[in-house]
Amino acid sequence: MADAKILPLSVEGLGYRAGDISVLDGATFDLAPGSRNIVLGPNGAGKSVLLRLLHGLLKPSAGHVNWSNPDALAVRRAQAMVFQRPVMLRRTARENIEFALHVSGVRNIRTAADLALERAGLIRLAERPARLCSGGEQQRIALARAWALQPEVLFLDEPTASLDPAATKIIEESVQAMHRGGTTIVMTTHDLGQAKRLADRVLFLNHGRLVEDAPAAAFFAQPTSPEAAAFMRGELLW
Amino acid sequence: MQEIPQSLSLAVALITSLDSTLLSIAGLSLRVSAIAVLAAALLALPFGAWLALARFPGRQAVIAVLNGMMGLPPVVVGLLIYLLLSRAGPLGTFGLLFTPAAMMIAQALLIFPIIAALARQVIEDAWSEYREQLVSLNASRFQCTRALLWDTRFTLSTSVLAGFGRAIAEVGAVMIVGGNIDGVTRVMTTAIALETSKGDLPLALALGVVLMSMVIAINLAAQWVKSTAMKKHG
Amino acid sequence: MVNHSPSGDPQGVVISSNARNLLVAPASKSRFLVAALIGMTVLNIASPGGSGTAFAKERFIVVASTTSMQDSGLFGHILPIFKAKTGIDVRVVAQGTGQALALAKKGDADVVLVHDKVAELKFVEEGFGIDRRDVMVNDFVIVGPKSDPAKVSGNDVIGALKKIEASKSPFTSRGDKSGTHAAELRHWKAADIDPQIGKGTWYRETGSGMGPTLNTASAMNAYSFTDRGTWLSFKNRGELSVLVESDTKLFNQYGVMLVNPAKHAHVKKEMGIQFIDWITSPEGQAAIAAYKIEGQQLFFPNYIAQRK
Repeated sequence: MADAKILPLSVEGLGYRAGDISVLDGATFDLAPGSRNIVLGPNGAGKSVLLRLLHGLLKPSAGHVNWSNPDALAVRRAQAMVFQRPVMLRRTARENIEFALHVSGVRNIRTAADLALERAGLIRLAERPARLCSGGEQQRIALARAWALQPEVLFLDEPTASLDPAATKIIEESVQAMHRGGTTIVMTTHDLGQAKRLADRVLFLNHGRLVEDAPAAAFFAQPTSPEAAAFMRGELLW
Repeated sequence: MQEIPQSLSLAVALITSLDSTLLSIAGLSLRVSAIAVLAAALLALPFGAWLALARFPGRQAVIAVLNGMMGLPPVVVGLLIYLLLSRAGPLGTFGLLFTPAAMMIAQALLIFPIIAALARQVIEDAWSEYREQLVSLNASRFQCTRALLWDTRFTLSTSVLAGFGRAIAEVGAVMIVGGNIDGVTRVMTTAIALETSKGDLPLALALGVVLMSMVIAINLAAQWVKSTAMKKHG
Repeated sequence: MVNHSPSGDPQGVVISSNARNLLVAPASKSRFLVAALIGMTVLNIASPGGSGTAFAKERFIVVASTTSMQDSGLFGHILPIFKAKTGIDVRVVAQGTGQALALAKKGDADVVLVHDKVAELKFVEEGFGIDRRDVMVNDFVIVGPKSDPAKVSGNDVIGALKKIEASKSPFTSRGDKSGTHAAELRHWKAADIDPQIGKGTWYRETGSGMGPTLNTASAMNAYSFTDRGTWLSFKNRGELSVLVESDTKLFNQYGVMLVNPAKHAHVKKEMGIQFIDWITSPEGQAAIAAYKIEGQQLFFPNYIAQRK
C-alpha cells in the first residue's frame, strides 16, 4: 500500500435524491483501515445507493465523501466493487481478469491473472468462457478480479443474494481472506446470519437514514434503535 | 404465374452451367456490396458505439435522424452521389462516375445508417448492463467502447449482415452511379432490371433466384461461423 | 494500481500506461482482422476488370445513349467489331434521350448517340456538342391487341391515333421525355389531339423506358407507340402485335455527336472522334445494316458525308 492510503474515510451528511424522492439522507460515519463493515437493513433502505455513493458511481445530492488522499485517480484505483450480479465480459475467465488488470496499468497481466485464479481455486476455469460458468463460479471470478487489483477498500453489494449456500460459503471465505490480506471491507446484506458471520461493525439503514452505527458484538447482542431491534426479530419494517 | 417454374429451372441451369457472364455479374455484385459493407462498418460501428455512450444536448434528435436515415431511398442516395461525382460536380476530377468504385461509395453511404443505428441500440443496451462494473474498474471511455464492441460482436455481425443484404439487393443507387454498363458496372440487380425492361421475365426472375440463393448461402455461412464461435466464447 | 499486501504475496509491478498499448482483446480478434484483410484483398484481385479510375491501360469512352438502342441489342452486335478494330472499349450508359443529353451537358460522357434530332441540334447550338452526324434510321410502329378494337390496322399513323382517341382505347406512353416520347407527342399534335385530356383514363403515362411501357401495354391489352428495334427483341408480347407501320412519318433519325471538349477539357476527343468516324464509315454502317432480329433488319444506316 505504498503511497495510496485513501483511508480513513470520513462521510458527512451524505444524501441522495432521485427526482423528488429522498433515497438517502444525512449519513455521517467514518471508515477505519482494516475493518469489516456491514451495511444492514431491509430492502429499499438505501444500502446499495450508499455503496455507490462511496465508490463514486453516483454523485451525492448533499454531503461529502472525504478520503484521506487528495489524488482522485489514486482514490479510484484503490477501490474495487463486486455487484450482486457478476458482470462478465464475453471472454474467458482469465481474460476477464486480464482486462481489469490492463485497465489499471499492470504489466504482467497474464501472471497476475493466473495468480488470482489459483488463489481462488479457479485455475481450471482459466480458459473457460466466463459466461458459460455457473452463477457461483462467475461471482467467484468477479471476486478474484477484485482481489487481483489489490484494492485498499472492497465494496460488495449483496454478493451472495442470488447464490446457493455452498457458493455463499466460498464467497464469504474469500472475503475473509481478502480482509486478512489487509483490505477494508464494506458490504451490504439483508441476511442477518451473513452479517453476524462477517461484521466487525454494523451500519443499520432504514428508509434512507443511518439509524444505528455500532460495533458488531454490541449491535447483535442488543441493538439500541427500535427499527434495528424489530429487524432482528424478523418483523417487517416500513 | 407460369413464369415461376420456368425461371426456377432456368436458374438451376444458369448456376450449374457456370455461365461466365453470370459469374462475372454475380462476382461484381458480391465485390461491390462486400467492400461497401466493410467500409461502412469500419466507420459505422465506432460511430454507433460513440453515440451510445456520449451524452450531449440534442442527442435524441441525432438518434432519431440516424434511425430515420435507415429508410434512405437508394435512388436518392444514387442521385446525391451522382451529383458529387459528376464531372460537373465537386469530386468530378477523380473520374469515379460509372465505375464500381462509385457503386461502392453509394452503397456504403446507404448502409452506414443501418449499421450505425443498430450498433447504437445494441451497445447502449449492453452499456446499461456493463456500465457500473466498467466504471468501477476505471476503464476509460475508449477502453469501454472497445470492450463493448467486442462483447456485442455477434449481434453487431447480424446488423452488418443486414446492411450487406440491403446493399446487394438495391438497384436504384447502382443504376444511377454505375450506369449498368455491360462488363463494367452491370450487377445482378441492374441486370434483372434490364431483362425486365426487355420483357424477358423468366430470365429476370431466374437471375433473381440466383441472387437470393447467393445471399442465403452467405447468411448460412455467417450463421455457422457465429454459432461455432458462440459455443466457444459464450 | 497493485501493491504488496502485508502477507507478502508478490504482485505485478506498477508501470505507466503508455508502456502498455497492446490489444487486451483476445487473440482471436486480431486473427479476425487479418482474415478480413485477406478476404478484401482476395475480393479485389479476383475481380473482373474495370476497377475504375482510368490509370489502367484500358482505353475506353463513355457513350450516353438511349434504352431503346440498348434494348434492341444493336450495341452487343456492333461494339465488339469496333473494339476489335481499335482496341477502344465503348461503355454505354443507356438512359432516356433527355437524361442522356443532361449527362452529356455535365460532361459525364464523351459521345452522345440518341434519336431526337430537334433536341440534338439545339444541343449543338447551345455549344454542348459538336460534329453532329446522322447515323441511321429505324422506324416506329404502333402495337396493340390483335383484336384491334379501335380498327387502326394499316399504315396511317395520324388516322390511327384519331381512332384510338375517339374510342378511348387504352394507350400506354413512355411519358419520360425520351426521343420515342417526343416523336409520339409530335404525332398526337399533328392529329390535333391533346392526349393529356385522357390522362389517367385511357392515356397512361408510365414515366419509364420502352420495355416497362410495353410490359404495361401487354398486361393491359393497350395500344402503344414503340420503336421497332425494342419491339423485335421484346419477349413479353402477350396479345400484342404490330398494327400500324410503314407510314413515312414513322421514321426515326438517330444522330451521334461529340461532347464539346471546349466545354469539358477531359472529354476523350481523339477516341470519341474515332468512334464517330467509324460508325459513319462504310464499315460501321455495314455493321449496323447487318444486325437483324427474326430475319428483319432493324436499323437503316443513312450517313451521307457532307462536304463543307
